[in-house]
Amino acid sequence: MAGFSSFAPWDEPGKKPLIEIKSVSKFFGAFEAIHDLSVNIYEREFFAILGPSGCGKTTLMRMLAGFETPTSGQILLDGQNIGPVPPAKRPVNMMFQSYALFPHLTVEKNIAFGLKREGVAAGEISDRITDIMKLVQLTDFGRRKPHQLSGGQRQRVALARALVKRPRLLLLDEPLGALDKKLRQQTQFELMNIQETLGTTFVIVTHDQEEAMTVSSRIAVMNNGEIAQVAPPTDLYEQPSSRFVADFIGEVNIIEGRCAPAARDGISLAWNEGSDDLRIASDATSQIGTTAWLALRPEKVGITKTRPEGTDNAVQGEVIDIAYLGNITTYHVELPTGAIIKAQESNLQRVANRGITWEDTVWVHWSADAGVLLTA
Amino acid sequence: MGPLERRCRRLVNGMKSTFGQRLFVLLPYLWLLVLFLAPFVIVLKISLSDLAVSRPPYTPQFDYREGWAGIKTFFAELDFENFIFLAEDSLYVNAYLSSLKIAGVSTILTLLIGYSIAYALARSPQRWRGTLVMLVILPFWTSFLIRVYAWIGILKTEGLLNQLLLHIGMISEPLTIMNTNTAVYIGIVYSYLPFMILPIYATLEKMDESLLEAAEDLGSSRLAAFFLVTLPLSLPGVIAGCFLVFIPALGEFVIPDLLGGSDTLMIGKTLWVEFFSNRDWPLASAVAIVLLMLLIVPIILFQKQQEKQELGR
Amino acid sequence: MTRRFSWFNTTSLTLGMAFLYLPILLLIIYSFNASKLVTVWGGWSTKWYSSLLENEAFLEAAWVTIRVAFISATVATFLGTLAAYALVRAGKFRGRTLFTGMVYAPLVMPEVITGLSLLLLFISFGMDRGITTIILAHITFGMCFASVVVSSRLVSFDSSLEEAACDLGCTPVQAFFSVTLPVIAPAIAAAWLLAFTLSLDDLVIASFTSGPGATTLPMKIYSSVRLGVTPEINALSTIMIAVVSLGVILASLAGKRAEISRSET
Repeated sequence: MAGFSSFAPWDEPGKKPLIEIKSVSKFFGAFEAIHDLSVNIYEREFFAILGPSGCGKTTLMRMLAGFETPTSGQILLDGQNIGPVPPAKRPVNMMFQSYALFPHLTVEKNIAFGLKREGVAAGEISDRITDIMKLVQLTDFGRRKPHQLSGGQRQRVALARALVKRPRLLLLDEPLGALDKKLRQQTQFELMNIQETLGTTFVIVTHDQEEAMTVSSRIAVMNNGEIAQVAPPTDLYEQPSSRFVADFIGEVNIIEGRCAPAARDGISLAWNEGSDDLRIASDATSQIGTTAWLALRPEKVGITKTRPEGTDNAVQGEVIDIAYLGNITTYHVELPTGAIIKAQESNLQRVANRGITWEDTVWVHWSADAGVLLTA
Repeated sequence: MGPLERRCRRLVNGMKSTFGQRLFVLLPYLWLLVLFLAPFVIVLKISLSDLAVSRPPYTPQFDYREGWAGIKTFFAELDFENFIFLAEDSLYVNAYLSSLKIAGVSTILTLLIGYSIAYALARSPQRWRGTLVMLVILPFWTSFLIRVYAWIGILKTEGLLNQLLLHIGMISEPLTIMNTNTAVYIGIVYSYLPFMILPIYATLEKMDESLLEAAEDLGSSRLAAFFLVTLPLSLPGVIAGCFLVFIPALGEFVIPDLLGGSDTLMIGKTLWVEFFSNRDWPLASAVAIVLLMLLIVPIILFQKQQEKQELGR
Repeated sequence: MTRRFSWFNTTSLTLGMAFLYLPILLLIIYSFNASKLVTVWGGWSTKWYSSLLENEAFLEAAWVTIRVAFISATVATFLGTLAAYALVRAGKFRGRTLFTGMVYAPLVMPEVITGLSLLLLFISFGMDRGITTIILAHITFGMCFASVVVSSRLVSFDSSLEEAACDLGCTPVQAFFSVTLPVIAPAIAAAWLLAFTLSLDDLVIASFTSGPGATTLPMKIYSSVRLGVTPEINALSTIMIAVVSLGVILASLAGKRAEISRSET
C-alpha cells in the first residue's frame, strides 16, 4: 500500500466517505484552534494528520473521539452527524499518546474493559481477547500488570484494547512517540499489517513526517488550524502545494524569483541579476510576471567541480559545509546571492572521493523537471 | 601527588566517612531507644505490678543491690492480675469496644466528607489549587485544643447552632448535641479531616487524566469511570487516610473529654482517669498495653502499605 | 486544557471550607463580644484582650510554652535531620528495621500512651518532673515528625550532587555540609516550624510529663475550658490563631519566593 497500490477511494467519483468533516471550527476562548476545516476520510484508509505542535491536529483528533465539540461545522460518520454523540457511544476508539493503560488492571482486564461495558457475553469476550492478543503478539502476557511490560508491549496492549471493540474508526495519537527509533520502525510495519488484516480505518496524528510517510495512504499536513494539503505521500513529497508543505516534508531548497516566459517550453525564473534565469518545466504560464518559488529537493541536485555540459540549470557557488551521513553526503553550497543550496550525493562506492572539499568553487546543477514551482 | 599518596588519602577519607555516618545514625538511634522503646518496656513491667500506697505507687520495685536474688524475686512478683481485671470488668471491655466503634464510625464519616473535598481539590483549576490545598492545611497548624474548644460554643444547648436553627424555625426545641457521641463524631471528623484529604488528594492529583478519557472512549459513563478507574486508583490514598484517622482517634482523649458526655466511653479517657484520678498506675499501664495491642495490627498494616507505595513509585 | 469548577466540586469545596473555617471564625468574632455570656452578642469590645494581658497565670504559662517549644523544636530538628539522613542515605545498617519503626511509630501513637510511658521512664530514672522533662518528651515526638519532613525532601534530591561533591574532593561529611544541607534547608525550616507548633499545641504529653510549677498554655487552657466557655479563652485562642496563621502564611510565601528565585536563576 502506502501509495503504491491502486487503493485510492478519494479519486473514485461518487464514493461515499466514512468520515466527513464539514467546515469545522473550534475556539478555546478567543483562540481559534481549528479554522473552517473540511476533509473526507474513506473506509480502510490509513490517514495521517501531520503538523508541528500547536497546529490543531490533536484538537481535530479529540473532536473525532468526542472529547471536544466543534464550535461550528459538522462531523459526519456514515452520513450521520456525530456531534451530539458522547465518546462512550461512538463507534470510534482511541489509542492514547500516554497509552492510558489502567495501572490497576491486568493486560487481559484492560483489553476486556470496553467489551464488558458493551455487555458482550463472557464467552465471546474471552474469544475476542485471545484473537486480538494473538494478533498483537501478547499471548503470554495476559496476567501481567502494565508496569511489568516494556514500552513496546504497552503500546501493543493499548492498540489491542482499542481494536478489540471493532471500531469503525481507530484514532492513534502519536502512537509510537514513546518508542526508540529501531523499535518505532519495526512497529510501523506491524501497524500497517494489522490495519491491512482488519481493514479498520486508521487515523494517526503525528509530528514525525517519516512515520506519516511510511504508514499512511494519505497525509493531511496541518498548519495554524488549517489543512495545508491532503495527498498521498509521494504526491506530497514531489508535488507540494506550498512552501510550508515542501519545507515540512523532507529537506528542500527554495529559490525565490520572478516568472518570465521561457525561450522554449516551460517557464523561466529570474532569480539573480547577472545569473542565467532558471528553466522550469511547468505549464503555469498564468503566473508569468508574478513572484514564485522553486522548490528543489537536495537529492535532485548534482554537484561538480567543472561546469557540467547539457544540463538545464547550473549555478556556481562555494562549498561551506559537508555533512557525511554514511549512506549520503550533503554539500552546502553558498550562491553569490548568499542563499544556500543543498546538494545530496549517494555514496555508491565504499570509498567515495569526489575530490570536493571545503571552500572549493563548484557547480550545482539540476534538470528543468527536478523542481516544483510554488506560488504560495 | 603520587598514586600511592592519593590512595592513602582516599583511605583516610573512607574511614572518616564511616565514622561520620555512624554518628549520624547513632545519635537519633540512641535517643529513640532510650526515650521511645525503653518507656514501653517500663510500661509493660509496671502493668504486671501491683498497686501500692507508696512512692512510686506500685510494687515490686527493682532492686539491683540484691543481685540475682533480687531479679528472681522481682520476676516472681510480676503477674497478669491487672489484665485479668481488665478482662473481667465490663467497664474496660465496653470502653475498648466503644472506642473501636467511635473511631470506626468517625473514620467512615471523615472518609465520605474528605473524599469529596479531595476530589474537588484535584479537579479544581490549576491556578486555584495551591491556595485551596493551603486552606485545607492551615487549620491543622492552629491549636488542636482550640479547634475542639470552638465547637463547644456552637454545639451546646444555648449554643450558636441551636440559636440559628430556632431562629429560622427548623426546630422548636433546642437539640442536645453537646456531651453526646454525636458531638464526639463531629469533633473527630473536624480535627482529623486534613489527614484524610491530603493523602487522597495526592493520589487523585497524580492520576493521569487520559485514563478517564480512555474509560469513556471504551464505552463507560462518567459515573462508571469514577467507580472503575478513579476509585480503585485512589485506594492507596484512601487506605492511608483511614489509618491516619483511625489510629489516633482510637486513643483520643481531648475530644471525648471536652465534647463527649459522661456516658461516652473511650479508652484514652479511661486511661487518663485511671492515672490522674484513681492514681492506679499499674492498671493504667495495663490499659495502655491493651490499647497498644489493638493498635499494633493497624500500625503494621499501615507501615506495609506505605512501603508498598514507595516501592511502586 | 483549562478547567472550570463544576457544580458538584464547587458545592463540596464551599461546604468543606465552611466546615473547616466557620467554627474558628465564630470563635474569633465572639472574642470581641462585650457580653460575659459567650453565646449572647452584646456589642463589640476588646476588654477580654486587656483582661487577658493582666492575667499573670496565662502570661506565665505562655512564657513556659514558648521556651519549651523553642528548645525542643531546635533539638528535634537537629536529631530529625540526622535520622532522615540515616533513613535515606545510610543504606543498610544493623537494626535498620527497628530504627525505621521507631521513627514512624510516634507519628500515629496515641498521645496518652506516649505520655504515660515517658512519665514512667522519668520516674524510674528518678528525674524531677518539670520543664526539662516536657522538653525531653517534646523532642522525642518532634524529631520523628521532623525526620519525615526532611526525608521526603531528601528522597527527591538527586544523590549525584553529593557524588559530584565527593568527586571534586569533598569527604562525605564535607559534602553533607556544603551541598546537601543548603539544598534541604527549606525542608529543615519547615520541620522546625512543624516541631515548634506541635510542641506549642501539645496538651496530653505535657500533662503527663510536667510537674508542679511547670504549666504550659494548653494545660492552662484545658483546665479553664473544662469549666466552660469563657470570653478570655476566646481572646487567647484568637491571638494564638492569628500568630500561627501569620507564621504559616509568611513561611509559605517565603518558600514560594525562594522557589521562584531558584527557577529564575
